[in-house]
Amino acid sequence: MLPGFPDAAPLDGLVGGALIGVAAAIMLLGLGRIAGVSGIAAKAVGLGGSGMDRTSALAFIIGLPLGAMLIAVARGGVEASFAGPVPLIIAGLLVGIGTRIGSGCTSGHGVCGMSRLSVRSIVATLTFMAAGIATVAIMNALGLEVLS
Amino acid sequence: MSTRPLVALAGGTVFGAGLTVGGMTDPARVRGFLDLFGDWDPTLAFVMGGALVVMAIAWRIVPGMARPLFEDGFHLPTRSDLDGRLISGAALFGIGWGVAGLCPGPGFAALAIAPADAAIFVIAMLAGFVLVRLTEGKR
Repeated sequence: MLPGFPDAAPLDGLVGGALIGVAAAIMLLGLGRIAGVSGIAAKAVGLGGSGMDRTSALAFIIGLPLGAMLIAVARGGVEASFAGPVPLIIAGLLVGIGTRIGSGCTSGHGVCGMSRLSVRSIVATLTFMAAGIATVAIMNALGLEVLS
Repeated sequence: MSTRPLVALAGGTVFGAGLTVGGMTDPARVRGFLDLFGDWDPTLAFVMGGALVVMAIAWRIVPGMARPLFEDGFHLPTRSDLDGRLISGAALFGIGWGVAGLCPGPGFAALAIAPADAAIFVIAMLAGFVLVRLTEGKR
């Protein structure tokens, strides 16, 4: 519980974040690769991206829902509310196009690049965070509620 | 069979577990973090902080290693220049992230939590990959 933020989950956040860090460390120290999900996903579907072999890329991507399922089962379900189909399609297209053009997403730039003090990753992360904050602020100002 | 896919599977599984523990598979929590001027939820900052601390340590181990444990050498990005593609791509990504509260990792992880919703996002994202590939060719 965080004073002033009754809905925040700081402990779960830290533990989850540390697990993400361990996962990225497994990829870095084990395979010598950046754990960038957008690049690995592009490789997994045969659209360029990460330099790792395609089988490994596919294995990493399959692991993501596998890990989520383990936690969902262990905790007897997890909370999640999603946007409707139209915003999901718009968001998916923008995320797909943007991460390929910008060479990475929250994992590759945000976690792996920033922890390496990569200037490109720090600039990319500040840019997509600012764009995300602006988008939510504008949508709220227009009264656009997307989550059910 | 090589050990590499098993290592990648382990990495992906721990990654997906971490995203879920940290609440990042819930778009409401992610959008709550991006709602800086409204009802702000700082949880994502704790997730990012936890991940950055562990990875900062991992990066300090790298120079002492002759090679990764299961690979012949390190294959890491070397670019340090800033260009319009980086900024414009990150901006487009950020807008999409804000619209639905999903980025690529949680999109895939959420396939195990809300399969129909996550699948729509993931398919649209892969379509975005294809569009970039078609527009730009192989890079």
